[in-house]
Amino acid sequence: MSTTLTQIKPLSQPVDLGVEAATFSAQVEAEIDRHLAKYPVMRSAILPLMFIVQRERGYLDPPGVLYLANRLSLRVTDIWEVATFYSMINTSPVGKYHIQVCKTLSCKIRGAGKITEHCSKKLGIKPGETTADGRFTLSEVECLGSCGTAPMFQINFDYHEDLTPEKVDQILGSLA
Amino acid sequence: MRIEAIGCEPLQLRRVHLENSRSLDVYRKNGGYEALKKVLDGMSPDDVISEVKKSALRGRGGAGFPTGMKWSFVPKDSPKAKYVVCNADESEPGTFKDRYLMERDPHMLIEGMLIAAYALSSKLTYIYTRGEYRYLIDIMDVAIEEARAAGLVGNNILGSNFSCEVHTHTGAGAYICGEETALLSSLEGMRGHPRMKPPFPAVSGLYASPTVVNNVETLTAVPDIIRMGGEAYQKLGTEKSGGTKLWSVSGHVNLPGVYELPMGYDDMEKFIMEDCQGIPNGKKLKAVIPGGSSVYIMRADQIFGKDVRMDYEGLVAAGSSVGSGGFIVMDETVDIFESTKNLTEFYKHESCGWCTPCREGTDWLVKVFKRIANGDGRPEDAQLMLDLCDNIEGKSFCPLGDAAAWPIQSAIKRFPEDFRKHLSNGNN
Repeated sequence: MSTTLTQIKPLSQPVDLGVEAATFSAQVEAEIDRHLAKYPVMRSAILPLMFIVQRERGYLDPPGVLYLANRLSLRVTDIWEVATFYSMINTSPVGKYHIQVCKTLSCKIRGAGKITEHCSKKLGIKPGETTADGRFTLSEVECLGSCGTAPMFQINFDYHEDLTPEKVDQILGSLA
Repeated sequence: MRIEAIGCEPLQLRRVHLENSRSLDVYRKNGGYEALKKVLDGMSPDDVISEVKKSALRGRGGAGFPTGMKWSFVPKDSPKAKYVVCNADESEPGTFKDRYLMERDPHMLIEGMLIAAYALSSKLTYIYTRGEYRYLIDIMDVAIEEARAAGLVGNNILGSNFSCEVHTHTGAGAYICGEETALLSSLEGMRGHPRMKPPFPAVSGLYASPTVVNNVETLTAVPDIIRMGGEAYQKLGTEKSGGTKLWSVSGHVNLPGVYELPMGYDDMEKFIMEDCQGIPNGKKLKAVIPGGSSVYIMRADQIFGKDVRMDYEGLVAAGSSVGSGGFIVMDETVDIFESTKNLTEFYKHESCGWCTPCREGTDWLVKVFKRIANGDGRPEDAQLMLDLCDNIEGKSFCPLGDAAAWPIQSAIKRFPEDFRKHLSNGNN
């Protein structure tokens, strides 16, 4: 599998996908170049680049996928294949604030269920849903490595630990 | 949350409470990069491997494989580039030690990686960090740039002939990528599917080249091994389990946290009831999962009065294992049927789908758990679950399948009353 990696040649997309590839600012392009420079094989940069596209476009949308395929000399299907494997790569829109409540054992026995319920009530959505204004998505996720400070959630990339319903109110209230 | 060494002088944790502990300046003022200097000043790669062998350091990610031996499997005469990859994909439920090592002492990891790279003649190294730990990747990037500016990373390190790059890399939410061959697939930009072994990564790993994959805690132990000598490090622990070990303690204890204990710490009861100050709200201890969610669950009566030594041999003798050191404590209010259901849902979610026994088996197990939880348990369900586990354990492509089966097998065997209660409620 890995021996064929170095033989990948630039290729054009075999079919017209009906979308234009996304474009990015020179600054973002430079950031992408810095990631590519880390690896002897371009494809290795696929995950860091997906996070950049996701940050810039809200989620990994078809123009973003086409951009990555072109940039990495891969097929669009190669990008989808990888994107659909990883739980942090969003292939559909998520809210501006993605609340990810850890539901695994250490959090569960320290009251994760109550935290999810509280968020659910406060936002009027169930886990897996996004508020109508597109601001909040609520998810239940597996262990985030905060077991000693349970219960916890991650909002986008920020950890919030030792949660109580009052603390949740405070955190959600502080988000613009 | 407490971060503390118990029963020994803090070794891996000795800088974590210092002000600005993550800066190069503080690291160097407290012995940092002296081991790297010692290595470059006159140790051969074989000398380094020999010290690590003497240290009896065993892989801290979960498998406990002797680190020096793993390093010695890398073929010296291979003309291919060699890689050192740090496994910072800490995702085993109950485990959070690597997080604090990277957050508080990132240079210790860089130094460990550089020494490993020197021993293995590697010029290119990666730190594969789980995607959720984005803030740690930022911390590591800053530390790497600091080290580069000081001539500690890059070309001709400390004026020697040794050149080496250290790069961070992000995962994106996949427990399976903690398995070393899946990690390498992911680092190559593929889905995180494990690969057939052999060939082992030491022979054919990243980009089909010789590669060593080590956990954060393993690599951060290396500078101290070089500084104090392999033998002195080993003597901190036991003959077969050298040094100290970090335990991530969570669940129903008064003082959860990261604890550094000498290997062979005596004993587990004292650790829970005194060092972690016992169980909150006057409740009784019911169960402990001592090594991350994948190991056998222990009953309180396997711990109390049993002098359980906390090291690889001691925990096997007591009926479990060290694993990643993710120490989950559960009080009498926990229903072990429910806790096992929770973990089985985890494994089902994280099964990569590559092989049938694990993909279908974990899915089927979750269906059975859910049916029982809905009140439709049947008396024969315990046996059904054991049969399903038997069809996964040892028959899956990688250890994730075993890891899914062991918690269920041990829970049914050791807490039959918690299962029976649900099974007899069924509408048969």
